[in-house]
Amino acid sequence: MPWPTERRHLGQATPRLDGAAKVSGSAKYAYDVNLPGLLYAVVLYSPHGRARITKLNTDPARRSPGVRALAARRQVGSELRYHGEYIAAVAADTEAQARDAIRAIQIEYEVLPSCATEEAALAADAPKLLNEGNVSRGEPRSRGDVDSGLRAGAATYENTFRCAVMTHACLETHGGVVQYEDGGKVTVWSSTQAVAGVRNDLARSLQKSPADVEVICEYMGGGFGGKLGGTMEESTAAELARQAGRPVKLLLDREQDQTFAGCCRSIVATVKLAADANGRLTGADCSSYGTGGIGGRGGISFPYIYNVGASRHQHTDVFTNQGNMRALRAPGSPKSSWVMESAMDGLAEKLGIDPVLFRQRNLPQGSYWVRQLSEGAQRIGWDQRPKTGSQTGRYRTGYGCALAQWGGGGHDSNARVAIHHDGKVEIWCATQDIGTGSRTVMAVVAAETLGLNPTDITVYVGRGSYPPSGGSGGSTTIGGIAPAARAASEAALAKLFERIAPGLGAAPGDLEAYPGGIRRKGQTGGLSWQEACGRLGPETIDVTAAKDRSLGGSGVNGAQFAKATVDTETGVIKLDRIVAIQDCGLVVNRLTCESQIFGAVTMGIGLALFEQRILDPTSARMLNPNLEFYKLAGASDIPPIEVLLEDHPERGVIGVGEPPYIPTAAAIGNAVANALGVRVTDIPLTPAKVLAALAGKGGSA
Amino acid sequence: MDSPETTQPTRTPSRRDFLRGAAVTAAAGGLVGCADAQTAPAAATAKLTDKVIRGAVVAPLQVNGQTIEVVVEPRTTLLDALRDGETPAGQDVDHTGAKRVCDRGTCGACSVLLDGKLVYACSVLALDAVGKPIRTVEGLAAGGKLSVVQEEFVKHDGLMCGFCTPGFVMAATALLEQNNNPTRAQIQGALDGNLCRCGTYHRVFEAVDAAAERLRKGAR
Ligand code: FES
Ligand code: FES
Repeated sequence: MPWPTERRHLGQATPRLDGAAKVSGSAKYAYDVNLPGLLYAVVLYSPHGRARITKLNTDPARRSPGVRALAARRQVGSELRYHGEYIAAVAADTEAQARDAIRAIQIEYEVLPSCATEEAALAADAPKLLNEGNVSRGEPRSRGDVDSGLRAGAATYENTFRCAVMTHACLETHGGVVQYEDGGKVTVWSSTQAVAGVRNDLARSLQKSPADVEVICEYMGGGFGGKLGGTMEESTAAELARQAGRPVKLLLDREQDQTFAGCCRSIVATVKLAADANGRLTGADCSSYGTGGIGGRGGISFPYIYNVGASRHQHTDVFTNQGNMRALRAPGSPKSSWVMESAMDGLAEKLGIDPVLFRQRNLPQGSYWVRQLSEGAQRIGWDQRPKTGSQTGRYRTGYGCALAQWGGGGHDSNARVAIHHDGKVEIWCATQDIGTGSRTVMAVVAAETLGLNPTDITVYVGRGSYPPSGGSGGSTTIGGIAPAARAASEAALAKLFERIAPGLGAAPGDLEAYPGGIRRKGQTGGLSWQEACGRLGPETIDVTAAKDRSLGGSGVNGAQFAKATVDTETGVIKLDRIVAIQDCGLVVNRLTCESQIFGAVTMGIGLALFEQRILDPTSARMLNPNLEFYKLAGASDIPPIEVLLEDHPERGVIGVGEPPYIPTAAAIGNAVANALGVRVTDIPLTPAKVLAALAGKGGSA
Repeated sequence: MDSPETTQPTRTPSRRDFLRGAAVTAAAGGLVGCADAQTAPAAATAKLTDKVIRGAVVAPLQVNGQTIEVVVEPRTTLLDALRDGETPAGQDVDHTGAKRVCDRGTCGACSVLLDGKLVYACSVLALDAVGKPIRTVEGLAAGGKLSVVQEEFVKHDGLMCGFCTPGFVMAATALLEQNNNPTRAQIQGALDGNLCRCGTYHRVFEAVDAAAERLRKGAR
């Protein structure tokens, strides 16, 4: 059945069902699991950007007090290729003992020449980091005759834009707790974005059947793409637990989480755009490179969003000792937006056309973006936007905008619904709540379908053994679990009708659910939900169903506007306001959906202003593997944010966790360029870079 | 215990030792006979009244109005005592509401109220908390009913993954106990010691505003 046209709960603001657990400290994360006989594991990891192990003696650690198990992950001769790489792990009765034991390991390194930056890895005399070399050149991709497109322009704009490598900085570090049960089954409490995925991966690495591995993730403290795969922590904990015959907790310390488990690729892109005198793009050319550390690949999309007749893009992956890449929220897209939207503003300036108008001229007519741009311009007060570079005072204020595009179609998913004779409704799904509110989403859908309230539904997520669902990546979760919850609830309701219809002298097809009960279609009164379920007797209704694909869609659009004031003496940027307009098809829970947008904008502020993985250029050691120098946006950095969430029920459910993160940095960058009349081309926009741009060193209009 | 304590000749107290009082500190250079890296803490051997505490000791902590005896070492932080500590009988203290995120006073996820003051429990030694009332997030919901601040966090969705949330709830509680009519800037200032990676700040501000309003109207 399609989504209902009259909606009681869908699209409303429903507080999270697990809110009370989270505000009272009773929500148990993997980090919080205490078990009888629990051992604590600590990891010895590479302190160097690149080194070879020349001596490794773990015996003193094995003899250290309280130590129950030790797992070496590298041997003498192993090459370590980034700061934070695993060497060995120790499990002991207390964490302090495990740390003591790690310190007792005798290890020596031959420090090898390293490459901290893309430029170092590209240099002619660079040390060769991988057998295949430091560089992987992608094929150029082109459409149309780019050279004549560029020549045909009335104006062209060319510049090089950079984005730093970032880390995920999840507040709960990566890892989990592993316990071997009697009979050889394994239970894993994992901080993960993919309970089903971890279950399969771990079963494979432990050479067990997935049925013998249970993965539990009731709550998890943030993933942002970094906890989708890679079960190094869990498999190491499993090895230690097996050796010791006791449960083991292994959660990375903050430094290793920052060095080993978080690395999002950088980009350096030289872009050239041309447009005719009417402000229509005629050509776009981009060559880019970037690093995701030792093995990461992937560039940006170019040209991003806008219609260009002729375009070309060539990307080169550069391997460095930065770390090991993991996906981070909307991989590549915030950087695509930074490059394209910065260049769009630069070209609009050259053409003397308003940046909003210029964008609208290069978008599909009638697209959401055209309308969203007009709406956002009006809300931010675009008519107050000063002429770029016209200000001379110490404090200069500017306005900027940028667009977002994302897929967000749902992954495959199943759900199981049980209706009991006492009226209790339960729903199960092997999804997880990464902070998005998936429990509540399933309850909203089930309640809407059954004529109940979300608080009437008991939701079970976060176990790999529940009906299969996907990992929470790519904004695919809600488009999987909401249609699955709908399908399973409908199937359960149909069974309920079948079972109670005879007693009512009706055909099952004559019945319908209405708020609070079951009735004959079109009639006013009926049985209350409790009465109806009471007729079931002890035999529970229990059905599992796959998602109804017609209930989901794909493709979302957004526009963001920023107003910022720059202190030209200190280089500090203060945000005055952000307006975020976003569509995501059918809104399931307005409250948590809007929270996603606020959260994404907040992370976008960090990308724009603060976040950067800083490596020592000589040793490739990370200099800020912590949270005081790897800076996240904090309370005082947050300006008033206005979120406009568009509800388009006819398009079905689409995920929105990633897209609102995409345009924030570019909108802020454009606001800063408007304020200053010079462009800071390199995010994060630190005070030093702002001052350098103002001094004419490295900035350009 | 896995190995006997080894005795070393002369050494200065390490960070595993806990010195009581300045006179002891001055004399510390001449102290004899501390165990070093070989100390295992499983059983409490020291007494709280010792001038220099080394090895494990039983610390009575006053947590949410209840005295809990926890076996700690001098180096054990209040946070670790609350989360991972055990009583002498081997029972888990298991107050895991306060989170360990940075373990060095940056993020506020471990915030508790110590003697009425908001502190980072990762940056207070458990032994320094002895004799002072400790309030943790678990203690806010009297008789299972959420506090006004907690209720407004839920209502305004001032939480996402929830890992930072106990810390924010404690910081907001501390603010509103001192000032139930804060400006937005005061709210931001009071929460600047807490980090949220999910980006709940905006929602938290709304929650604190709403809680302040209810508290001004006499809600408890
Ligand atoms: S864990 Fe204590 S401040 Fe971060
Ligand atoms: S809610 Fe996830 S870190 Fe704050």
